[in-house]
Amino acid sequence: MTFSFPKAATVALMTSTLALGACSKKAPEELPPVQQTATPTPTPTPTGPVGASVGTQAHFEQAVGSSTTIYFDTDRFNIDSTDAAALQAQAQYFARFPQLNFTVEGHADERGTREYNLALGERRANAAKNYLVSLGVSANRIRVVSYGKERPVALASNESAWAQNRRAASVIITGM
Amino acid sequence: MKPTLFLLPLFAGLMATSALAQSQDLGEPLGDGAQVDTVSIEGDDDDGPLRGTVTDESDWENLGIAIPAFATDRNAPTPANDSGTEALGREIARVISGNLRNNGLFKPSGPDGLPSPTFAQITAPSWGSWSGRGAEMLVHGYVRARPDNRLVVGCYLYDVALQDELIREGWVVQPADWRRAAHKCSDLIYARLTGEDPFFDSRIAYIAETGPKDNRVKRLAVMDSDGANHRFLTLGSATALTPRYSPDYSKILYLSYVDGNPRIYVYDIGSGQQTLVTENRNPTLAPRWSPDGRYILYSMAVAGNTDIYRVPVSGGTSVRLTDTPGIDIGGSYSPDGSKIVFESDRSGTQQCYVMDADGSNQRRITFFGGRCATPEWSPRGDQIAFTRIAGDFNVAVMTPSGGGLRVLTNGWQDEAPTWAPNGRIIQFFRTTRDSGRSALWQVDLTGRNERRLPTPVDASDPAWGPIRP
Repeated sequence: MTFSFPKAATVALMTSTLALGACSKKAPEELPPVQQTATPTPTPTPTGPVGASVGTQAHFEQAVGSSTTIYFDTDRFNIDSTDAAALQAQAQYFARFPQLNFTVEGHADERGTREYNLALGERRANAAKNYLVSLGVSANRIRVVSYGKERPVALASNESAWAQNRRAASVIITGM
Repeated sequence: MKPTLFLLPLFAGLMATSALAQSQDLGEPLGDGAQVDTVSIEGDDDDGPLRGTVTDESDWENLGIAIPAFATDRNAPTPANDSGTEALGREIARVISGNLRNNGLFKPSGPDGLPSPTFAQITAPSWGSWSGRGAEMLVHGYVRARPDNRLVVGCYLYDVALQDELIREGWVVQPADWRRAAHKCSDLIYARLTGEDPFFDSRIAYIAETGPKDNRVKRLAVMDSDGANHRFLTLGSATALTPRYSPDYSKILYLSYVDGNPRIYVYDIGSGQQTLVTENRNPTLAPRWSPDGRYILYSMAVAGNTDIYRVPVSGGTSVRLTDTPGIDIGGSYSPDGSKIVFESDRSGTQQCYVMDADGSNQRRITFFGGRCATPEWSPRGDQIAFTRIAGDFNVAVMTPSGGGLRVLTNGWQDEAPTWAPNGRIIQFFRTTRDSGRSALWQVDLTGRNERRLPTPVDASDPAWGPIRP
């Protein structure tokens, strides 16, 4: 496996990931279900995680754990330190697999009007994209789409569910 | 990566229209509607029309209206009813009775439980048999099949106490459009008794929803104002949202994810074809018509920043109307086309703003507590309806300057109000907590008369078209 970006950047990213690894995740009290087979700290071994093959969402999830998704406060779209750590884990992964393209899906909770939430999801997805670009991921590898409040993952109508739905989720584009 | 983009030109060149429609998630087109012609009908013309007898709004709720079956000159076969024109006359009366009952202003009775007048009695009511029934108003009518299969429907409104005719009108309709004659008659009665503009002969576009909360199928659908003649216009493979009827009913603007991204399409009702509102890679949202139907407002997100644009329906260059950082979205023209009310979070939260139609003079109009979203200017011009977010979501109205706030509903999540053509009734959708199920509701401007509009499946994003010609 070859690495396409400078070693110094890799070291910097790994360092910051480790430094932020102890931070508690903010809003969601119940995280959306994730596969528990992988440890959240990525281990950049040449073969990658066992089980899933490169180019699948499962492989991405095994590599970065819950860091495939970042979460936002109500009506906010800023990248806080927890989000930054997750996006750094993603950036590392996409640096290791430069052949992969992916979509950042922006979402909002149900407690907003439909049209505004579409625009808000777009803003959140772009915030995640911009941060990934600032970490060295090429912008033309990142597609952005907003689903507003149309695709919730947590189905209850309470603060916990809404926190899980205010998210930007990175999804590998398969079948290339 | 984006197969649709490659396939579409191929499909257009090689495949039949239906295959193209499939690839666009489109169902069979509705086709162009038929005309309804107004005709003069016979009546008792020995004196002039009377002025209104109803002047106090509070009296309307107790105004009894008897609506017996419409008569026919002879029971003739008609494509509109398997049992002929006599049975059709009863159905027409039933539609009118339902219309007038559902807006909370009247107490209609009939046709069931009432005697059926003869054809001759339509223009000469048997007063003695109606005065003892507690109804102040009497509706009579007839239906007659013409040799060309078209139907003549006559509609008469009588004041029982005065024993005199208040108004009458007749229409010639295709058999398939018989309900439109019933709606025209309802409109005639409503307008005559209230002094308001009519609204029953109109259609509603909305989003039909099925499936679980995390996998909802959302289809574009249309129906008459009373829920009849329901049709799905998209197949459901792509999420459809936020429709708006054009002022002449020839087109519907709506958002579809058919190419994987949220984009506004202009759907032609007659041909069943659709085109993008603007050729652009960016997401487009929140479509609206100008009152004259010549322009489309849409919102477009560029790198996460959403602004409002205007483009001619005929195509051409889009003009950007807002340029603040943040989300400027929606937009609803004043009836004269000179101003636009829209929502923006430039102050930090969603609030409503008014600007001139060219984008100048943008100013915030909402300063009460909570947020202001999805503002819609009344067709009468005197009110703006909006979603008020203050804890729960409720439908509220205010004046165009932001005064006179009145909250009309009290559901957990009532949003996206749109107006009846006459500006007296507001339609919105109500979402149920936890289940996420949604339904269409209507409320009048007093806030006292609220009702659910029945739909075959769950429903959201109602958009009322104008009165039909």
